[in-house]
Amino acid sequence: MITTSGLTKVYRSRGREVTALDGVDLHVREGEVYGVIGQSGAGKSSLIRCVNLLERPTSGTVTVAGQDLTALAGRGPRAGKELRRARSRIGMVFQHFNLLSSRTVQDNIELPLEILGRSGRDRSRKALELLDLVGLADKAKAYPAQLSGGQKQRVGIARALAGDPKVLLSDEATSALDPETTRSILQLLRDLNRQLGLTVLLITHEMDVVKSICDSAALMEKGRIVESGTVSELLATPGSELAAALFPVGGEATGADRTVLDVTFHGEAATQPVISQLSRTYNIDISILGAAIDTVGGLQVGRMRIELPGRYEDNVVPVGFLREQGLQIDVVGQEGQEPVLVKDGAK
Amino acid sequence: MTWSEMQPLLEQACWDTLYMVGWSTVIAVVGGLPLGLLLVLTDKGGLLQNVVVNKVIGQVVNVARSMPFIILMVALMTFTRWITGTTIGREAAIVPLAVGAIPFFARLVEMSVREVDGGLVEAVQSMGGSTWKVVRSVLVPEALPSLISGTTTTIVALIGYSAMAGTVGAGGLGDVAVRYGYQRFETGMMWITVAILAVVISLLQFAGDFAARTLHRRTGRTSGLLLFRPLRGIFPGTVATDAVKKS
Repeated sequence: MITTSGLTKVYRSRGREVTALDGVDLHVREGEVYGVIGQSGAGKSSLIRCVNLLERPTSGTVTVAGQDLTALAGRGPRAGKELRRARSRIGMVFQHFNLLSSRTVQDNIELPLEILGRSGRDRSRKALELLDLVGLADKAKAYPAQLSGGQKQRVGIARALAGDPKVLLSDEATSALDPETTRSILQLLRDLNRQLGLTVLLITHEMDVVKSICDSAALMEKGRIVESGTVSELLATPGSELAAALFPVGGEATGADRTVLDVTFHGEAATQPVISQLSRTYNIDISILGAAIDTVGGLQVGRMRIELPGRYEDNVVPVGFLREQGLQIDVVGQEGQEPVLVKDGAK
Repeated sequence: MTWSEMQPLLEQACWDTLYMVGWSTVIAVVGGLPLGLLLVLTDKGGLLQNVVVNKVIGQVVNVARSMPFIILMVALMTFTRWITGTTIGREAAIVPLAVGAIPFFARLVEMSVREVDGGLVEAVQSMGGSTWKVVRSVLVPEALPSLISGTTTTIVALIGYSAMAGTVGAGGLGDVAVRYGYQRFETGMMWITVAILAVVISLLQFAGDFAARTLHRRTGRTSGLLLFRPLRGIFPGTVATDAVKKS
């Protein structure tokens, strides 16, 4: 639904060049919720702004719903008619809501419909319908200043949906909200995604957002996508930073001659008593350093950090046994596949 | 001078001031609003970014604003005659008043419009809105309370300038104050006109602030511009200085 290839954005100011995007290839499938996560300055904002060409990419292409937007852009900084039409089919939700304070809630939602040239009756019917959908039917005549943050974002979402877009871009939509409100807004986005078949591309710095609603995710660092895939693919990828961050388990080795393993269970394997089998079969003592079970992207997943006595070389056979059971094993501290000890999501 | 002698003079003067200031305000708003918007839009990073146009407009505005009004009035005589057919009277005074007020108001518009949150512009762009739609739905309505304050400031400044319009025989309160109060030593007349001006300007400022604040309260925003109250208008330029000289 959304494809970017080789997307590059370089900002020039006073002779200095800053590369915000460095050859980003992104593919968002129709009907999925795709989360791009990264620290501030990683290029997330530039990426989402390049998708509807609020920012002109320096090079690369953006295709949304089969339409090459970069081809519509023209040369000057102004958006031509064709690009504006294409934009009207892409909804966008903002971190700071960006509602017009001079207009009522209803008039705010009608704004994109005015741009589309709909009649007054058509507009107000659609606006009231959308207000109902986001649960604010009684606020039509209120001004944004009279609403709470969560309500403002609901209006923002209703406004983004006014033009019946197939794609919704969410620029840190929940970052200005408290945790409770964040949950309800994410739930709303998830519902809309299911009910309307809406494709959602969201950027965020909060791992929880990805965890609760994303089907797929990508990790951005310094203008590049360093990891991407569906959430279950990521969890199945050994040494995946995103998986480790999505699903953190802590705990340090208790001594030098120890082997620390991260065991990830999903699907069938989660029901087997593997740890006690391991202990009995090889007659070794196993300490559990940390463990967690959670639902990520609708999948039941468990992860456990265990410690075996002896160096890795001494434990090749037990590790092999665990792998045979269909578990994913990451050896902590092993060169080349060290899962990053979690630094509280990615901030 | 008795009150019965003063009354018709003052009445006429009030009407003349109202006429000149009213028309020049209308022209200043009609001319200054697009000019101020252009200053913002053509600026670096603006929707219609155009460095050359921006610099030219900026310079024209600066030069026009730095010109003392009395000089502007003389300098514009040819232009005034071309527009109104005369260089004397109320109509003739409107031309330099408007020309002086347009850049003044344009700068105030520029300040107000710059206060508008860029995110709102981005939102309308993301919906596929044109630059014109951005101006109409975002820049002007969102800056409206501040634009109203700016208009009040402009009217007050125009009342001050209009005192000089007497030099081209346009009449008005300022002219009466100069001719009767100053030149004929009619101190009573002087103080009455000053009092009228003070009352008129206070009322105007009050009405303007009230309108701006009412809009603000509804939309729940605050802007620095409201605090900017033009004290200079209460004792408009020459009248005030002359009054001091005389007493």
